[in-house]
Parts: sequence; structure tokens; C-alpha cells
Amino acid sequence: MRYPPGVSQSDFDRALSQFQAAIGSDWVFIDEADVDLYRDAYSPLWGEEEEKIPSIALAPRSAEEVQALMRICNEFRIPVYPVSTGKNLGYGGSAPVLNGSVVLDLKRMNRIIEVSEENAFALVEPGVSYFDLYNYIQEKGLDLWIDCPDPGWGSLIGNALDHGVGYTVNPYRDHFEAHCGMEVVLADGDVVRTGMGAMPNAETWQQYRWGYGPWLDGLFAQSNFGVVTKMGFWLYPAPEAFRSGSVQVMGYNDVHELTRVTAKMMYSGILNTNAGVQSPMQFVLGQNPEMQERYERANAEDIRILDEFAQSNNTPFWSSSFKFYGPQEIVDSSWAYVKKQFAHIEGVRFQDQEALQFPMPYEELMQTSDENHLGVPSMSVFQLGNRSNFNPAGTNGHLGFSPVVPMTGEAVLQANKVLGKVLRDMGGNTVFNVPPYSYHQRTFTILIGFTVSRDSDTNQKTREIFRELVRVAAENGWGEYRTHTAFMDDCAATYSFNDNALLRLQQRLKDAIDPNGIISAGRYGIWPKHIRDEEGKGIADINSARDEEGGSNV
Amino acid sequence: MYKALILLAGILISTGTLAQSGDPVNGKAVYEHWCSPCHAPGARKHPGTAALEFLYKGEKPAVLEQRLDLTPALVATFVRNGVKIMPPFRKTEISDKELADIGAYLTPR
Repeated sequence: MRYPPGVSQSDFDRALSQFQAAIGSDWVFIDEADVDLYRDAYSPLWGEEEEKIPSIALAPRSAEEVQALMRICNEFRIPVYPVSTGKNLGYGGSAPVLNGSVVLDLKRMNRIIEVSEENAFALVEPGVSYFDLYNYIQEKGLDLWIDCPDPGWGSLIGNALDHGVGYTVNPYRDHFEAHCGMEVVLADGDVVRTGMGAMPNAETWQQYRWGYGPWLDGLFAQSNFGVVTKMGFWLYPAPEAFRSGSVQVMGYNDVHELTRVTAKMMYSGILNTNAGVQSPMQFVLGQNPEMQERYERANAEDIRILDEFAQSNNTPFWSSSFKFYGPQEIVDSSWAYVKKQFAHIEGVRFQDQEALQFPMPYEELMQTSDENHLGVPSMSVFQLGNRSNFNPAGTNGHLGFSPVVPMTGEAVLQANKVLGKVLRDMGGNTVFNVPPYSYHQRTFTILIGFTVSRDSDTNQKTREIFRELVRVAAENGWGEYRTHTAFMDDCAATYSFNDNALLRLQQRLKDAIDPNGIISAGRYGIWPKHIRDEEGKGIADINSARDEEGGSNV
Repeated sequence: MYKALILLAGILISTGTLAQSGDPVNGKAVYEHWCSPCHAPGARKHPGTAALEFLYKGEKPAVLEQRLDLTPALVATFVRNGVKIMPPFRKTEISDKELADIGAYLTPR
């Protein structure tokens, strides 16, 4: 059996008996073979000394059992790392940030406590997956959609707390934004309900999120201040129809107008779902070294020649796809209106894509271009990195670099230029490269996916490239919206305004709410006081990294 | 290939699930919940089926439920160790009993 750091063997043995008494010995995993199932299967540190491996795992069945376990951990100052379904692969999976932590596996807490069709919400526990909620709604025949991320096996709560996203409409597609009300167990075992849930017998816990006084829900996302044991989510009344279409523009500089008009319609609510900026020319340029060089340099003469090249290939330089959900008349008129807004761009082309009506049988939904965009969870995204003609050996997983950039043509060009340069200069194995895409309401996010390997040298190279991308993005004013546990300190260090004032405040909150520093040490760069003092983690670590880099403000 | 077989044999010994006899009826339900999202028929939307279709190139069925050569031990090996992009499954997801049930369901009778 492995032991957690900073806990004596005798204390841990005493705690172990108390864990077993609290939740039953079947749900206290101490054998290494069982605990190894909690390793991050997609770890970029796999097999290296720094790989994050838990000591044991605990699997409570209820919030009351979580309370009991937290009291024991707090008494013996045992580091504990809660996971919901443990499927946050690419971002750390079920492995802790602090090596040797005890994993608190909440998968057995899988009750769908309430779904209201009339007021379109669900109240769930952390072990409930997108598949679970979707199946529940289908079995009950409710006229509701969920909004799901790409893989359907993840937890609604875990995904929302990590600021995960989906593909339908506002506000459902930003999963933290779509939540309403939490129940949280604190480090000392106390249990808190946020928003209207703070009222005994509250009747609007899942309808009105602000409650009374300071709104604290944000403290429990991307953090380590408590264990969320229940969470409410708003659901989307099933729309009548869906339509998608693309707008294609021919010139290099048309990216500015394409993006400006898109952004305006997003901010006006006319567009209320994801859209991105792709370059159909990307593949053409990739086969022509001279044109690729001109694209990377992009002076006035280069742009003139690139535009001629695009015309001669009859290939638009940029395109955006738009999606519409709702009543048929509104969907059709929205697409017609959107086309009008772009009609002034010389040479613009429009292409109708999918037009669907609901309800639609499951088998037909799975034949559409992307069922996840229709609120149907699946695993089809795992085709990326799968064995294929493109990659006969397959991969051992992936991790994503995902900076948030402004929704402007200028930012699109700059991101392509500077991030592309890092990848060209440093090489690296990328498994996917998503162009700027509005995963969130008012920004683009760029998503560069790296393969992870069982080969340490390859992973080390990937980590170097990843850290360089974090640095270059920060130089340009772009931060990651979410990251793998291996890079949490690196990304936290880029949010350094006023001598890391935000992180210093987070540390003060951490020390106040979890004074023994037991919950998820190091998550999102927030380390408890004893580890900051003893190991120089946190701000001390940031300052030393900055000194080594010659004062770079990242 | 031989190295892979030797490795597989080593893993089989360590799974410790061979002794349990499974219930194929419950195994079907567990399989449909945990395995079908990746291994159902139709390679386009099911990455497990796509990966096996590419790997076997018609020598064996790509859909696990159509295989005639699976054993509970082999199923347990892949569930508890994962393979390539498929991660292992924890005991809070698929218990040893449920794993034996899946093995019974997938073993030809």
C-alpha cells in the first residue's frame, strides 16, 4: 500500500480503519492494482518519477458519507482529491495533482434527484454522466435536451466545474453558466447549499441562481475549496428544428469583416451558438511551400499573390459555419438574415448544410453530421487518435492546449502566426488542431491537441512545446481556459497581474476555508500554506520561474 | 507479435477475475451501458469498432459481440488495463462481478 505525503504511517493506519467504518471496506481501495486504475491514462508524465499516482481511493455513496470522510481526512491532515466520474481525460483524469493524495471517487453518487420538464432543470449528483441524464430523459419521454461535451461518459458536475463546454445554444453550452445551485461539503465536513438552496425547503434552488448576498459558486470551479455533492443544471426545451450553413469569403483580408459581422451578431443574440473561422486554403497552402511561406510572412505583396492563388484554385480563403435551433420559421429566417449581413463582402458564397426537424429517432440522430450538436451524447470524438490509415499505431491519448483569444480577424491572424510558428519551429505530435471557435459567448478558443505517448522522451518534448505555447500565448495576452494537471502551475503563473494578486487572494481563501490544506492541493495552481512554505510551491515557485526567465511577465 | 502475447499472458495472471462465473444476462446490460458507446456496430460513430476494423482488416469481426474467440480473461485484461486510447475502467465503474458478467456475455456458448 502507498502512503500519502506528510502523514505518518500510524496516523494513516488509524484513518484507514475509520474510512472502512464510514463507508465499508469494499469501497476503500488499497491494493496497488486497484489504485493504479486511478492513474491518468493520458498522462504526459506516464512512467516518470513525476507521474501523479494516488495512495488509495475512497468511494462514498452519499453526501453524508463524504462528510464523514472529510472529517477523518481533516483530523489526520490527509490530502484528498475528489473526482466525479474520473473521465476528465486530457486534463488529468482521475489522478491527483499532488502525488500520493487519496482519491475521493464520487462515481457511486449517481442519483438523478430531480428533473423538471415544466421548469427545464435537473438536479444531479457527481457520478451522473451525460449518457445517464440523456437516457433518463428519453425513458421518461420528457421534451428536453441536454447540452453535452464531445465524450458522453463524463460527469455533468465535473465538466461544469472544469468549465467544460458543449454545442447547442446559450446559456446551455457553457456548462458552468448553465448550472443553478450547488451543495458543497467543506474540508471540515460542514455542508453548504448555495443560491436559493440556502433556504430550508427552497422552491427555486434550480431556477434562481444568485440567492441572497455574495454569490459563491465560482469558488468551487477550477479550484480546491470544497467537494460538490449536488448541482442543478438548466436544460433546453427540445427545439423544433435545426439548420446549418456556411459563409465563405475569398480574400485573405476578408477575415476581418467575416469576424466583425459574426461577433456583432453573437453579441446581439442573433447567433447564439458556436461558430468558428476556418481556412479552406489551409490544405492547399500546405502543398505549396512558396505560398505557405507567403502566408506566414503576409506582407502586402504576399497577400495580393495569395488572393490570386485562392482565386485560381477556386478556394475561399476563410469560411464560417453557423447553426440555428428553434421553431422552423425562426431558424429559416435567421439563416436568411445572417446571409444578408455578409452579402456586401465581394465574392461571398453561401452554402446550405444540414436541415433537420425533431423529434427524430435515435438511429437517425446518430447518422447526422454531429449528434453532439443535437444534444445526443456519444463517444464518436474518440475517432481522433484512434488507429486509422492516418495513424496506424493509434495513440495513447491526448491533451489540449486551449488559449482564449479575442473574436477579431486580427487575433485570428496573429494566433495562426505566433502559435503556428512555435509548432513549426519545435515540431511535435499534434492529433488535432481546431481553428478559432467560439466555445464561449464572446471569444474564440484555439484548441491544439497533442498526442501523449508511453515514451518519456516524446512526452518530455511535448511538455516543452506545451510550455512554450503557454508562454507565447501569454505574451500576446491570451490565457488558457482550462488545462491538464501537469501544467496547472504554468498556466496559473500567466495570470500574474500586480505581482500575482489573484493567486495570492486565492491562497488567502484557501488558507481560510481549508486551513489544513487537505482538498486537491495544487489544483489550478492553488497550493495550501504548508506546501507553499515547505516546498516553495505557488507564488514562490512562480517567482523563481520568472527569475530564471529574465523577468518575463508570464 | 510474440512479445505482445507474452505480455498479455502476464497481464492475464494479474487480473484475478478468472474465478468468478458471470451472469450473461446482466453482462449484456452492463455491456450496453459501458461498452456499446464505443463498440456497437457502425465504425463511423463507434471508435472501438473503428479501431478493431482497422486492426483486423476483416480477419475477425470488428464488433465485439460478434467475436467467437473472446474469453472472460481476455475481456478482463482489456477492461482493467485499457489499450491505446481506451483507458482502464475502475471498480466503481465496472465491479469485478459486473466484469465477470460481461465476460460471460461475450464468451460464445
